[in-house]
Amino acid sequence: MAQAREQDLRPWYLLSPALAAIALLVVVPMSFILVYSFYENIDLGLDRPAFQFGNWHELLTDSYYHVAIWKTLRLSVIVTVLAALMGYVPAYFIAFTRFHHKWLLLLLLIIPFWISFIIRTLSWIHIMGNEGVINALLLWLGVIDQPLHMMYNEFAVVVGFIHVFLPYMILNVYVSLEGIDRNLEPAARTLGCTPWQAFLEVTLPLSLPGLAAGCLLVFVLTAGSYVTPLILGGPDDFLFGNLIYDAVMSELNWPMGATLSFTLLVLLGLVVVVYSRFMRLNQLTKAFG
Amino acid sequence: MARVELQSVTKSFGQITAVKKADVVFEEGSFTTLLGPSGCGKTTILRMIAGLEAPSAGDILIGGRRINDLPIHKRNLGLVFQNYALFPHKTIGQNIAFGLKYRGVPKAEARDKVRQALEIVRLPGVEDRYPTQLSGGQQQRIALARAIVIEPDVLLLDEPLSALDANLREEMRVELKSIQHRIGVTSIFVTHDQSEALAMSDRIVVMSAGEVQQEGAPEEVYNTPATEFVARFLGAANLFDARVTAADDRLVELETAAFGRLTLPRDRAARLGDAGPARLVVRAEKLALSEAAAPPGTVSAAATVAAVDYQGQLARYFLQIGDSQAQAIQMIDGRPYPEGAEVTVSLRPEDCTALPPASPDGESGPTGR
Repeated sequence: MAQAREQDLRPWYLLSPALAAIALLVVVPMSFILVYSFYENIDLGLDRPAFQFGNWHELLTDSYYHVAIWKTLRLSVIVTVLAALMGYVPAYFIAFTRFHHKWLLLLLLIIPFWISFIIRTLSWIHIMGNEGVINALLLWLGVIDQPLHMMYNEFAVVVGFIHVFLPYMILNVYVSLEGIDRNLEPAARTLGCTPWQAFLEVTLPLSLPGLAAGCLLVFVLTAGSYVTPLILGGPDDFLFGNLIYDAVMSELNWPMGATLSFTLLVLLGLVVVVYSRFMRLNQLTKAFG
Repeated sequence: MARVELQSVTKSFGQITAVKKADVVFEEGSFTTLLGPSGCGKTTILRMIAGLEAPSAGDILIGGRRINDLPIHKRNLGLVFQNYALFPHKTIGQNIAFGLKYRGVPKAEARDKVRQALEIVRLPGVEDRYPTQLSGGQQQRIALARAIVIEPDVLLLDEPLSALDANLREEMRVELKSIQHRIGVTSIFVTHDQSEALAMSDRIVVMSAGEVQQEGAPEEVYNTPATEFVARFLGAANLFDARVTAADDRLVELETAAFGRLTLPRDRAARLGDAGPARLVVRAEKLALSEAAAPPGTVSAAATVAAVDYQGQLARYFLQIGDSQAQAIQMIDGRPYPEGAEVTVSLRPEDCTALPPASPDGESGPTGR
């Protein structure tokens, strides 16, 4: 009996370092933030410990925040869908190419991560700005005589997001495609499928877990970011993350910032939980492994 | 059901020629095996017939019709892969019905055909399961069912048994052959396993380095190999240097170092000239060991048992006969000869085959021993 109980505890012993780390590094700080959300902001940077729902009340009643949530979801969906469409083709190419140095293609995909993503985002100013490469070229060719305004709008933000997050999508889809038995498409072909039908019947459904994992990642990464809209967006192109940034950095209202942070965490956490249940995302671990 | 014909088909991959000018006919309703070591071009031939590779030169005909440019999905072939290649996201029923769906067979009819196919492969009632819920042998049966349910003109089998374990493999071998016999489909079977080839085939096409070495019924290929490569690849063969001393239409007389003179019927030395060097091929099981004098009608030599590989009902002996080494396989009752035993080895000349020596470019396989 005693031995049985001892055996039951063993997994917990093994898990304890991980659990301790998670508790210390995630649960405890998050609890601080939760506690902070009940504090009261008196003046710039001045808080009073309290237990009141003023911040939460403001969040639930001020439509400004609701608009931000809506904008965030909308933009994240746009970025995710575009990334899925634009990421599938290169992933398919890398997975199925007969090119012998596949690692090189994968390396090309990863190299951008060596450069800070802020710098990568800033680079768009030199590409799409009024004096950027595209405008300079079009002016030189005489296609236009006034620079096109491509910067500081939603389009620029979407471009920036796609640029930074596309590799996550490609890698996830690639891993999924790579795991597909190479004989399945030929099998479908001998049974009467055209190449396109074979793709729809075999490759696409079998790559859906990777696509789903990639979509979730891009969605969550987009919905949680604030730097890209800050650099590439106009005054109206803000996400929920920008409100947190404003509350904490400009207004020095930490209790409100804590409230908003916790809200974003819960919202994205919910998306992840619901989505993984729905899509059975064991693929996610594979992609990161 | 249709006859398949390769007309000087060549396939090159860059610098490498995988298949060199192959001329092979696969008769309607026959079971033909492409046999050879890996890289000999047998799978490439299969893939070209299936349409998964395009020949670099030459024509492929199915039922008299040139199909070089016919896309895969219009060829009406059943292809069974070594790794089964079942669709993991579809049920067994959907897997088998897949080809029927693309042939516009109505659902109810397709369901009946799936059931019949499952009965043929002796796995009734598994329609709703997924491939991973079946064992390897069962998956292979499903792959076969999926290929035959569309009533293909030709059934192509790419080493379908090599992923199975030994016992199952022998069982499936018999079963595959009997299914093929029952439905009578022209079948082309690719394997590197000579015992599979001998057991299952109506005809065997032995290949090496992209070239067809010999074509014929299993016993023909086994008993009268056309090249040294075939002699060595099928079964255990001994090759002795020999010289033609006399020859006419009926008989060929050879001189060997180990056995002296022996006379072979002409059909056992069909490819040999009337003089010059030759190679004498003696199957290991045709070398008889005894302590007594050799029986009449045989030629014999004194030998020493260098090593014994005892396998229960039979034993493989490694012998030293003068300067040459040889292998002998014998049924045993009682005890095998011990190592170092002095014995008499004898053989009946009509059991041997004589070949011209391998040409220096090595196209007849490795030489020397």
